[in-house]
Amino acid sequence: MTVIEARALRKEFVVRVKAGVLRRESRVIAAVDGIDLTVSRGDMLGYIGPNGAGKSTTLKMLTGVLYPSSGVVRVCGFEPVPQRQALARRIGVVFGHRSQLWWDLPLRDSFALLRHIYAVPAADHAARLSRCRKLLDLDPFLDTPVRQLSLGQRMRGELTAALLHGPEVLFLDEPTIGLDLVSKQAVRSFLAGIGDAGDTTLVLTTHDLADIERLCRRLVVIDRGRIVHDGSLDELHARYGSRRRVVVDLDAPLVTPLALPDVSVESIEADGRRITYALEGGRTTAGELVRRLAELASIRDISVLEPAIEDVVARLYADRDRHGAGA
Amino acid sequence: MASGGWCSRVDSRWLTAYGPLVRAQVRSQAQYRASFVIDVAGSVLFGVLDVVAVFVLFRVSKTLAGFTFADVFLMTALANCAFAIADLLVGNVERLRVYVRSGLLDAVLVRPLGVLTQLAVMDVAARRVGRVVVAVGVLIVAAVNAGLALTAARLVLLVVAPAAGAVIFSAVFVGTASVAFWWIESGELGNALTYGGHDFTAYPMPIYGTVFRRLLAYGLGFAFVAYYPALALLDRRDPLGAPAGLGYASPLVAALVAAAAGLCWRRGVRHYRSTGS
Amino acid sequence: MRYLVYAVAGFRRYATYRQATLAAVFTNCVFGFLRSALLLAVAGASAGAVAGYDEQQLATFVWVGQGLIGVVSLWSPPELADRIRSGDVVADLLRPIDLVWQLLAMDLGRATFALMTRLVGPIVVGALAFDLFAPRRFSTYPLFACSLLLATVICFGCRYLVNAAAYWLLDARGPQIAWTLCNGVLGGLYFPLWFLPSGAALLIVVATPFPSIIQLPLDILVERGSPEQQVVLLSVQAVWAIVMLAVCREVQRRGERRLVLQGG
Repeated sequence: MTVIEARALRKEFVVRVKAGVLRRESRVIAAVDGIDLTVSRGDMLGYIGPNGAGKSTTLKMLTGVLYPSSGVVRVCGFEPVPQRQALARRIGVVFGHRSQLWWDLPLRDSFALLRHIYAVPAADHAARLSRCRKLLDLDPFLDTPVRQLSLGQRMRGELTAALLHGPEVLFLDEPTIGLDLVSKQAVRSFLAGIGDAGDTTLVLTTHDLADIERLCRRLVVIDRGRIVHDGSLDELHARYGSRRRVVVDLDAPLVTPLALPDVSVESIEADGRRITYALEGGRTTAGELVRRLAELASIRDISVLEPAIEDVVARLYADRDRHGAGA
Repeated sequence: MASGGWCSRVDSRWLTAYGPLVRAQVRSQAQYRASFVIDVAGSVLFGVLDVVAVFVLFRVSKTLAGFTFADVFLMTALANCAFAIADLLVGNVERLRVYVRSGLLDAVLVRPLGVLTQLAVMDVAARRVGRVVVAVGVLIVAAVNAGLALTAARLVLLVVAPAAGAVIFSAVFVGTASVAFWWIESGELGNALTYGGHDFTAYPMPIYGTVFRRLLAYGLGFAFVAYYPALALLDRRDPLGAPAGLGYASPLVAALVAAAAGLCWRRGVRHYRSTGS
Repeated sequence: MRYLVYAVAGFRRYATYRQATLAAVFTNCVFGFLRSALLLAVAGASAGAVAGYDEQQLATFVWVGQGLIGVVSLWSPPELADRIRSGDVVADLLRPIDLVWQLLAMDLGRATFALMTRLVGPIVVGALAFDLFAPRRFSTYPLFACSLLLATVICFGCRYLVNAAAYWLLDARGPQIAWTLCNGVLGGLYFPLWFLPSGAALLIVVATPFPSIIQLPLDILVERGSPEQQVVLLSVQAVWAIVMLAVCREVQRRGERRLVLQGG
């Protein structure tokens, strides 16, 4: 079942640029430049891209904060802006860098207020709250005013607040930004649990690629307002040539270099006693590489490095900068 | 579009949410007990101050544009009452530009309630209740002091006029706050018409220059907050030549001004959603 | 020399708030129309003069007064209090320069910009719409200039003290409200203080700093009284300026000590 559907979604902003002492020129900039997106129920979608790529703008159009310049968008069957209030009851939104909680109230009171705002039946509210309390370990600070919470505690509160009305879609804008490692892990495993349950759709924007690796089955990469990749993480690796690496420590440097198809030497360190091979394509496996290497030298240690999504994305963004410089 | 909030139908969900929201505000403000007490005291003092100003002016002058102290006191009391009620209900919307800048408005837009109502209760300052109580008390004193010949119609007007005035001021609060949707850097521009409007309505209209008076008294309906109702209550003729009993038209004027402000607000919200500011 | 740098920074900073300045001047002008209509009506009912002011003087009192609000920055937001509460003030204290002098220098820079915009705006509009009073004695101009400077310093001191309350109070709204009330009523903004019984007015002028911010500079400008009396008013301001700065220094010293002892 489709929960989010966007066709040729576009958002233009008019930017006034200084052109002389008093003259200003208006320039139209497309922050989102024709996006097609279909998200099914239960999807866990990571929406990534460099700063200013149009992530937040898209999210705002999906949640009813911004009206698209053109294109069609339906979320849970609603047209976001005209049917804002109806939609609001079906979605949850967490903004990483702004709070939706009541600053001076204890979390407990904020949650009680949200029950009234969303008109949630008391039993449903209590059940969802007690689940969140357990999973997010809210009890130690449930009676503390929000302003006194640490960022990690606050974010756990925000997540709860966004889920109390049982939303079908949960939008998360940078949910782990600024959190320490422990809090990040807590947030991630909580979200993973929601995703695994399968009935809530997750859409998350992030700069933290560990979020993506942990949470997202599907990855949409947006750049300059357009989708440049839509698929699984593996597909992204395949497409942007991410490599697995095999690092070997040898007792002595190799006398004759090893030549195998699809294997390249990425670096040689420690006077030739540490070599990093990159595997690209499928003609040589890591096992084969090691077996052939063992014939040539005595191996002290081996490690295999899985491709890091950071590398892929860094390469993607670097491409952008190179091309972007002329634009 | 239900999102305008202002003129949209009031649904029961809103009513059930409103009570808890207001209670929560009071509770969160009561945490800072000392500040709360000072806030209440301050708002009461500001309310009293407007009356003191009238006293001081009449200390150095016996009449003002032909009106006696009792007449002007009644106008000031009516204006004060209307303003205090409006300030309590929607005064917080003047913070709209802060909310736009901080992005809080986005959070408001993803909740299933009207935008304006949410903003209005976001900081329902309980302290403002103090000012309303004082204003009502002062109005009663002013009415007694003026020795009104109270007919049934005038008694109704004495209650309706502050309410209509409150609607006019509320409209001005909302209308001027809407400017922030287009112009975030507008600073305290709105104060000119909100707090300025309060000062303007507190005195008889003939004291103002013609152009200025036409703009504010009739253009924005400010003459119907206190001046015309006071004339009707006092059974006095308008030196400017308006027909007698014009004060009874206040609710009508209030409805018009409110409709205009509602339109501004809706356009503003729509503008925000198409530009995102 | 380094204080000059801060003053320039203050000037530059406010020079970037062009739109807000415009909006503020507009608001000042609306209040200018309101207040001058009211005071002129009062004067009109008393044969053209009231409490020693004629109509021209009253109009000038109102319009220049609206300009003064911006110059002394009567209603600026409690920035320092926010910095104290958030702990950011520590960064200021790390600099090898006294915080009070640093802020004062920046404020004087700001006031210089306001002089050219916030003061000039209402005066031009007021002069177009009303008969304003032009000082008859040349000596009034330098006296008024000094008076403006002292008023800015005194107002800075008051604002600083209100903000510094945040060193001790979690929420500085109380002092803020008290300050707004006092500068409005006792400063001469709502009505010239001399509308009050003269004993009361005199007491307020001498015993509180508030009249020194709005009322006294305006009295000097509209030449209320003889040149000697102008000088007396100026001396009252000077005494208050010195007192305020001394108090500010002491409060800052104690505030810093509290910050050090309690770690904010």
